[in-house]
Amino acid sequence: MEPVEKKYTVTVPEKKFTVTIPRNAVISALVIVGLYVVLSLLRQQGVITPYWGLIMDLALITTISATGLSLIYGFAGQFSLGHAAFYGIGAYVAAFITKTYGATTVNFALGLAAGALAAAVIGFLVGLPILRLRSDYLGIATLGFGVIVKVLLDNSDKLSKTLGGSMGMLGIPRLTTFAWVFWLAVAVLLIARNLVNSSHGRVCITVREDEIAADIMGIDTTRYKMLAFTLGCGMAGLGGGLYAHLYTFLHPSSFEFLKSFDVLLIVVLGGLGSLTGTVVAGIGVVFLQEALRGVLGQQFLEWRGVVYALALIVLMILRPQGLMGGWEFSIDRLLQRRPKGGSARGAA
Amino acid sequence: MGQLLEQVVNGLQLGFVYALIAVGYTMVYGIIKLINFAHGDVIMVGAFVTFFGLVRGIPWPVAILAAMVACAVLGVIIERLAYRPLREKGAPRIAALITAIGVSLFLENFASLHIAFGPDHRQFPEVIPHIQWKLAGVTVTSIQVLIIVSTLLLVAILQLVVYRTKIGKAMRAVSLDMDAARLMGINVNQVIAFTFAVGSALAAAAGALLAAAYPQIWPYMGIMPGLKAFTAAVLGGIGSIPGALLGAVLMGQAEVLTAAYLTTDFKDAVAFALLILVLLVRPAGLLGKAGPEKV
Repeated sequence: MEPVEKKYTVTVPEKKFTVTIPRNAVISALVIVGLYVVLSLLRQQGVITPYWGLIMDLALITTISATGLSLIYGFAGQFSLGHAAFYGIGAYVAAFITKTYGATTVNFALGLAAGALAAAVIGFLVGLPILRLRSDYLGIATLGFGVIVKVLLDNSDKLSKTLGGSMGMLGIPRLTTFAWVFWLAVAVLLIARNLVNSSHGRVCITVREDEIAADIMGIDTTRYKMLAFTLGCGMAGLGGGLYAHLYTFLHPSSFEFLKSFDVLLIVVLGGLGSLTGTVVAGIGVVFLQEALRGVLGQQFLEWRGVVYALALIVLMILRPQGLMGGWEFSIDRLLQRRPKGGSARGAA
Repeated sequence: MGQLLEQVVNGLQLGFVYALIAVGYTMVYGIIKLINFAHGDVIMVGAFVTFFGLVRGIPWPVAILAAMVACAVLGVIIERLAYRPLREKGAPRIAALITAIGVSLFLENFASLHIAFGPDHRQFPEVIPHIQWKLAGVTVTSIQVLIIVSTLLLVAILQLVVYRTKIGKAMRAVSLDMDAARLMGINVNQVIAFTFAVGSALAAAAGALLAAAYPQIWPYMGIMPGLKAFTAAVLGGIGSIPGALLGAVLMGQAEVLTAAYLTTDFKDAVAFALLILVLLVRPAGLLGKAGPEKV
């Protein structure tokens, strides 16, 4: 028997693919670029003094790291008290690379990437066993991990003299500029926003709301917890790398467990499940701490911690759901509210 | 062998101090499911009040009792001003936790003010005369005896209160089911306030004993012992008083034996590695009961 050969001819109707860029995306991009141009001009002209510029950079770096925890805790509901450890891992790895291989821009970029990657990989390896724990037990286990990392950093000089151990790591090239900080912050926020709005992000929220129910629905909860945790830790590592090259000096005490509390309170203060809240609280907390220095003056400087702690307590009692609750800022919505509505929905 | 036993006794001394602190953590957690991070700083206040009593020549039992009373009042005030408003609002648990961190920061920073205790380290006076005994080749100091005896005494009293008195029964009821307890006519707020008072009083005693054993006090002295005691409570199974004791004793041994035989650099790391390992095998701690999973 001869194999019957059949021939099909498929005619594809000619179709032109047109890429439409949503109008609102263009506007968002313009707003961000505009913000960048204005801020860097202000800094160039000295309207924003180098001192406040430094605070601004620190605020953005803190926001990058806090966005990571926002994903882990705010969206996926995994209580982590070890965020500063991942921040520290990123800082040390990035600083080690630029210090060993030379202070070039390429090495800086590689160092930042390596720092973020190292934090993410370690986050993955640690998360694999630890994320089986729930709520406070997970919190205390991650806190324990944070203490262990701090002890290891204290003894890091036994591994390599460059790392400095408990003496701290000196002479890191100052490579972090406003452009790096700003655009990386934008990138991190975009990634976070897109994740949260994707189906993966929705699953993470499901896990946060009710892990057992999510499990029963057939969701591989471990996988999504790992996704959020790894990504969040990577963001902390990225922030750490930027921090190292901003202050040019690293000390293990900057990454102890108390610093993890600082990040946690930013995420909670901003409102769990709100990236806007994380950004506002991240920038707000850093500026508040510096502003208090100015307001209180030299004479009352020692009151700074007291006032800060009181502000924290009062804020939490007044708004236990956080500043923003679950609310998100959105340019889309802002444009839709316009009375002329019709065309404001954009081309998409 | 003699040296090992000596280290074990040193570990007991540390572990028993942790136990006093851990019991306070575990009681508060058992009742309102709050990691009361401010608990560690109550230790510091207790140590300072004892210090001021001792330097004024007040006999040590009175000084420690005064510190316990002062801290009991402090604990009730903290509960009343910082935690109760949140509870009445039905705020999420995390809000209370952040508030607890805020209270902790407040106590540390306020104590560092020059109008309060000041930021400096201070030498703690000798509480009882330093005497050494040789028991079967093991040196035991008077401080160690003081710590072990007073911890056992205080925990025994606590067990009596929790299991043999009316308020203890109310505490257990609130811990089991707060709403049901309220319906049964238990004044829940009062019970919670009492829990904070007892926990803080024990923390004050722990602070005084800690300062007696390691005679240096400063405003941030409570952070590490507080953290380790809390870890001990989790290790033993949080919410359980015997668990807290067991966890604390293990924690003390792990820390002292690591420092003595392995390395002093990594002693903190070993204690926490132990915690993580135990949690992976028994997610609710050694003596903790894993609750049934409900949707």
